[in-house]
This record gives sequence, C-alpha cells and structure tokens, in this order.
Amino acid sequence: MIADEKYIFKPETKRKLFILGAVGILLFALGVFMAMSGGGHEAEGSQAAVELSKNLVATSDHAAAAEGPEAEAGEHHGSPIWLKRIYTSLWHNNVFFAGIGIIGLFFIAIQYAAQAGWSAPIKRIPLAIGHWIPFAGILMLVLWFVVKADVFHWTHHDLYVVGGPDYDALIDGKGGYFFWPLADGGFPLFYIFRMVAFFGLWYLFFVWIKKEMLAEDIDGSTEHWYTARKLSAIFLVIFGYSSSVAAWDWVMSIDTHWFSTMMGWYVFASWWVTGLAVITVIVVSLKNAGYLKMVTANHLHDLGKFIFAFSIFWTYIWFSQFMLIYYANIPEETVYFITRLKNNPYSWIFYTNLILNFVLPFLLFMTRDAKRHMSMLLVVCPIVITGHWFDFYNMITPGVMMGHGGIGLLEIGMGLIFTAVFLFVVLNALSKLQLVAKNHPCMAESLNHHI
Amino acid sequence: MEKNKNFIVGIFDDEDILLHAVEHIREKGVKIHEVFSPFPVHGLDEALGYTRSRLPIAAFLFGMTGTILALFTQIWMLGFDWPMIIGGKNHASLPPFIPVTFEFTVLLSAFGMVGTFFIVSDMKPYGWPRQFDLRSTDDKHVMAIDLASNKLSKDELSRILKDNGASEINEKNF
Repeated sequence: MIADEKYIFKPETKRKLFILGAVGILLFALGVFMAMSGGGHEAEGSQAAVELSKNLVATSDHAAAAEGPEAEAGEHHGSPIWLKRIYTSLWHNNVFFAGIGIIGLFFIAIQYAAQAGWSAPIKRIPLAIGHWIPFAGILMLVLWFVVKADVFHWTHHDLYVVGGPDYDALIDGKGGYFFWPLADGGFPLFYIFRMVAFFGLWYLFFVWIKKEMLAEDIDGSTEHWYTARKLSAIFLVIFGYSSSVAAWDWVMSIDTHWFSTMMGWYVFASWWVTGLAVITVIVVSLKNAGYLKMVTANHLHDLGKFIFAFSIFWTYIWFSQFMLIYYANIPEETVYFITRLKNNPYSWIFYTNLILNFVLPFLLFMTRDAKRHMSMLLVVCPIVITGHWFDFYNMITPGVMMGHGGIGLLEIGMGLIFTAVFLFVVLNALSKLQLVAKNHPCMAESLNHHI
Repeated sequence: MEKNKNFIVGIFDDEDILLHAVEHIREKGVKIHEVFSPFPVHGLDEALGYTRSRLPIAAFLFGMTGTILALFTQIWMLGFDWPMIIGGKNHASLPPFIPVTFEFTVLLSAFGMVGTFFIVSDMKPYGWPRQFDLRSTDDKHVMAIDLASNKLSKDELSRILKDNGASEINEKNF
C-alpha cells in the first residue's frame, strides 16, 4: 500500500545547515568579544536595575531570614560576566533542545497510548527528533559539571557550613534533595543520579519503541503495534514523573530559594508545544520538498489544532503560576517575578513571551483555514518556537545573571549553533529511516482521514 | 418564512444511495431544499455544496462581547464606581479580573452560539420546526425539494427522485 520513500539528506541541505552553524559561531564569537570589551559599560547601565531589584526585595521582605536571596546570588562569586553569559546560554539552549528531543518520543507514545490513527504517516518525524535524546543527555551531564559553579548557586559548599558566614538555612534544608546519600555541599549524587536515570530511561524506551516501529516495516505483524502501545503506556507514566522532577532539577533549582508547584507542568507545557511546532515545521518542509504526498490538509489541521490548544494550555499554566503568586504577595514567592519584571532585558521578554506564545498563536490559528494552510503553519510555528526559546531564557537566565543579563549576539549565536546541530542530527537520523511506516495498522484510517 | 409552500419529499433507505442521489440530482440542475438524516453522513455537506457554517464567527463575536463586558464591568465597578482596596492591590488591577473575564467570555460565546443555532434551525419558542417526515429521526433519510424554487414540474421531480433510488415519494404542504 505504501511505497518505499526515503528522505534524502542532500548535500545542499547539509551546506545550508553548516552555513547556519557558521553564522551562529560568528555571531557568538562577536557577541563574546562585545561582552568582554563593552561588557563593563553594559553592567554599569544595569547596575541601577540591580539596586532597584535589591531594594524591592528588601522592602517587600521583612522576614529577615531570606534577605534578598536572589539578588545576592548573582553577586559575589565566580566567573566574569561574559563567561557567565556563555554558561547560562549553554544551559538554556541545552534544556530547551533536550525538551524538543524528548517530546519527539512523547508524541509517539501519546499516539500509541491513545490508539490514534491519523498520525500514522508522520510518526517517523518525531521518531527522528527523538534521536536527539542521547546527545542532549551527554551534553547535559558534561555541561552540568562545566557550568555548575556559576549557574547552580546551591552547589557552593559554604552554604551548608552551619554557623559559617555564608550559611543558608533555606538551601541547607533542601540539601538532601541534591546530595543524598552523601554529605551536604559535597558531590550531589542524588541529583546526578536523577539526571542519568532520566536520560537513561528515556533513551531505553526510545530504543525499544523504535525497534518495534522498524520491525513492523519488515514483517508487518500487528504484534509490534501492541508491544509499542504497551511500552508507550509505561513510558508515559515514567515521563509524567520524570519530566516534572527534571524541571525542578534543571530549571527551578537555579532559583534555589524559590519554588513553585506549577514549575513541572510549566516546563512540560513549554517543551510540548515547542516540540509540536518543530514536528509541524519539519512535516510541512518535507511536504514542500515533495515528500509525504499522503499527508493532506487534514493531517496538518490536526497538528495545527494541537499547537493552538497547547499554546492556550501553556498560557493557562503560566497564568495559574503568576496569578497565585501575584495575589498572595508573599515575599519569598514574588521575588521570582520582581526579578523578571524590574530588570532589563527580562521585563520586555516577559511581555514578549505572552504575545509570541499566546496572543499571536491564539489569533492567527483561530480559524479553520489558518490551520490547514502550509504557509500559515510556517508563519505560526517559528513564532511559537522562538517564543518558547525566550520563555526558557526567562526561566533560566535571571536566576544566574541577575541584573547583568543580556540578550544579544552571544545568545542568538548560541541558539543558531544548537539549531544547526539539532537539525543535522534529526535530518541525518530521518534519512536513515523509512520515511513512512510500511505496515502501520492505522495507515488506511489515516489515508482516509477527513475532518 | 412564507406559508403554503409545496415540497416534494423523497425517502431514502440507505446513505450511500442518498449520497449518490444528491450528486446526480444536483447535476441535473435541481435545487435541493434540505436533506435530513438520523445520523451524520460523511461527505453530505460537500455533495450538497454547502459552504462552511458561519457559526464560529458568531461565536467569536459573542465571545468578544463577553470579554469586553466583563472587563468593563470589573474595571468600572472596582476602579471607578466604588473603589476598594483588596489585598493591597490597585483598584483596577488586571490579573484578578482575568478568570472572571475568561468565564464570561466562555459563557456568552456558548449561550450565544446555542441561541443562534436554535434560531437558525427554526427552533424558536412558540414555534414548531417544519418536519418533512418524522422517520428522519429514526431510520430514513429524507430529501426535500422546494417546488417554488425549481422550474421542473412535480411529476418530473418525482421521476428524478425515483430514478435515483428513493423508496417513497410524498408531497408536503406547510
């Protein structure tokens, strides 16, 4: 029923990706140079902002126990500003792209668990995206040891010395979550164990589900579909917990004093809608290049609905987190948003975030026609992807850089480098797969999909 | 709608026959008034040449009315008419208004949409929708052709219906 179709990773596509990466490196180098030479001036400019945020924290914070914890975090130790910016940018991009990779597998698992038929011809694209998982895992582990002293305030040993000048009762109270079973302030065994375990489990399920999907091409038995569904259901349970804990570990622990019970959902929502947008962009680009003839406007419509719905879901989570903190007005909670609302560039990103991730997708994707037209999908999806890149920027950077944060060539360059490498890995993986499943039991349903 | 219209009503047993009948009858230039079926028939809308419903546009407009009304009410009441300090916030602070605004948007868009749908479908209070054949709610598909909007005679239309698989042909006057 389905003809053999393979994606050919053309040399010119590769060249384009290399150029993208080279432009990224160039911008990044330029950005580093500018940050190293002109950085002092920039920092001076934002010094007032730091003071402002410190005052705000101080005035709203009469509980002396946590005196301006966030403001203090960015001050005393460590690397020069430009190096901190590089570290933050590395961590920001890796968390963002790791999320897109794992969403590839999550999308497939959802399709199996829900016994969805419509997605049968496009399932190989999220599968290819899932190939990023091992790269993201290794990068995450290596990068963590590189950036930990600057990005993760809680790694500093002095915070846990009872009676010492830097002793921090709040962080000490959370020590077990990072360091168990070892002593607080040493090697964070529990934290590293979680990181390795999560990526290990994700990769394991990726390999298992991929094996079933590819075996189905060869012998056409429906057994593979049932096995993949079972694996997917188990994976979804694991992912439900692990994605949430990963969000606390990799994103929320940067603002160590602060916590939000919405954070796990918030990071997941951001990853998920970005992943959907990336899948859609790749599907539409493949269709534009003449592949995937069986994918019609009906399938694109479903993808568009997914993005539309989960943009609203993200906004719902965003608002649930913001609204409660705003209304309760408890200093140790509001400090998170004060940092983001009173400093540049976080404040304009804060509002841009809502426009890119809610207002624009909501209005542009509201009509049926918009979701069915490839040109419109190619407008909205990049908006959503960029928007959530900014979203992650604002989750990660303020806690590290405080008033010294910047967004410029350095950050954009780093983003382009990651995009180029990510796309190279994904497209390379895609070219090695059969582009469309050959014996998928739901294929007939999908070919007649009509909404 | 005017009274005393004359309709030719064809009864169909099977949705496949109905679907083809709709296509063939429209090809002959006959205007079909409406088709009633006990369950949704895939492709019937396209076969009848229906353009998409404008109900979503109505829903959007009702929703916008809700948004504006809710925001205006809250800002005016709490910000200007009777300012009160609640939780140390500004008189008119936006975030706490959003949940109410959202609910009101959903409420008006849902009510407005259902109301519009009822009116468009002729289901007004103190009225009774025209029923061409009650069996369209049970096991038969019913095609109604308005004599006034077609040039062909009653007999010709009956024959066309018969040729296209109608199991029964009736006349209906309102």
